Amino acid sequence: MKRLITILLASLMVIFLASCGNGATETETKAPAGTEESVNTSGVLIMATEAGFAPYEYTEDGSTVVGVDVDIANEIAKAMGKELRIENMSFDGALLAVQQGKADFAAAGISVTEERAEVMDFSVEYTTSRQVIVVNKEAGVINSIDDLNADAVVGVQTGTVADFFVQDELESQLKQYSKFMEAAMDLKNNKIDCIIMDALPAEEMVKANEELAILEEEVFTDKYAIAVQKGNTEMLDAINEVLERLIAEGKIDEFIINHTTK
Amino acid sequence: MSDILYKVLIEKDRYLAYLEGFKTTLLLSFFSVLLGTAIGFVIAIIKYVTDHNKSQNAFKCTCNFIGNFICNAYIAVIRGTPVYVQMLIIYFVIFSNRETSPLLSGVVCFGINSSAYVAEIIRAGIEAVDGGQSEAGRSLGLSFLQTMIYIVIPQAIKNILPALGNEFIVLIKETAIVGNIAVLDVTKAAMNIGVATYNYLPPLLLAATIYFIVVMILTKLLRGFERRLAKSDRR
Repeated sequence: MKRLITILLASLMVIFLASCGNGATETETKAPAGTEESVNTSGVLIMATEAGFAPYEYTEDGSTVVGVDVDIANEIAKAMGKELRIENMSFDGALLAVQQGKADFAAAGISVTEERAEVMDFSVEYTTSRQVIVVNKEAGVINSIDDLNADAVVGVQTGTVADFFVQDELESQLKQYSKFMEAAMDLKNNKIDCIIMDALPAEEMVKANEELAILEEEVFTDKYAIAVQKGNTEMLDAINEVLERLIAEGKIDEFIINHTTK
Repeated sequence: MSDILYKVLIEKDRYLAYLEGFKTTLLLSFFSVLLGTAIGFVIAIIKYVTDHNKSQNAFKCTCNFIGNFICNAYIAVIRGTPVYVQMLIIYFVIFSNRETSPLLSGVVCFGINSSAYVAEIIRAGIEAVDGGQSEAGRSLGLSFLQTMIYIVIPQAIKNILPALGNEFIVLIKETAIVGNIAVLDVTKAAMNIGVATYNYLPPLLLAATIYFIVVMILTKLLRGFERRLAKSDRR
């Protein structure tokens, strides 16, 4: 009996703690005006990203994040007169950080999907990405999209559009990774049959790994945008203004060329 | 070989990233250990006192029951959930303020996580001291507090230390997951460099070596300390 009461009380406590957490997030989502104000007064602009996605975001020296998205973020920070701080975490973590207001915006080659648009707001789309299939040259199992049957093992990065694509559209087995490099290692060791990912990082990856190759055929295309907290229109407007200017000036293509031809 | 080492360490000053990460790992582990030991010690004492106090006073009894229950629930919840999940909850939900540094979230997370284990280690260490010792202390006219401070705890430390050292070692290695909340530790630096050089293994091996050396040094230190404490043992 005593034990039963203890268990009951313990579970009550857990529920209580959990509801405390919920309460905190609710007040936050309910009061975007308040968070906007704190954004305004603070001199730092926080960008959440996952630096394993060259040329959009990667590190050269192991600590400083650089890339196309970082160049864009620098332009945004300059336009807003703020100092840019980059938080390098996991991809799904970056999406969560922007929802929770831990970061002002997330720029990590994020595709706009319906589910995501429900929980965060997106800027204008600034680049088109082609999703391609990366295979191991020697394996020769996968030669086109049609080969992606129930036997094929497909590697993706957790939370990316390719991840949802494989889950929703294909019957093949799915292996989720937090970094593309881990997927690439498994592909080299023939632990998976292919990786579905963005063409630009894929090209960088194939350049450095002779064993790998990209199939000609495109799986699908989608567009990248910058994510901000739901309801944070001020931040969104500032970002959109900069993005539209950069697109008009052709600066984004320039950034991509800068980061791909080294 | 030297080519790989050059790429992983020297090129673009990459060794600086390891050093920065190493510093963060040490800071994080050190403060987590401090916080964990402090909270753990308090909980162990509360648990010990409430377990052994057989007062007939109704008010004291209730206090004991509540104190004991809170400590037990705390330990049960912390030990019953993975540290990774705790870290995500602390970083994204509890410290949802954007100005909170990720490192602080890390210290709080690992400190709290470790405190539950430390509490059990310390409590077990105190309880392992023969009951006759505290009886003797009380018979000689020492108060409960004096008995604890001068007789029980000095003997308990000898029981506690090896297990506590083990917990510290585990904690240092556990901090490797902190890269997921935007803290640049050794593991994260190694992963970044692995991604940058398209060669995952050498930086990871290097990170493993760094952890190994730190743990070896810590093991040596703890062994020395234990030997020093065992000086007057007759066994």
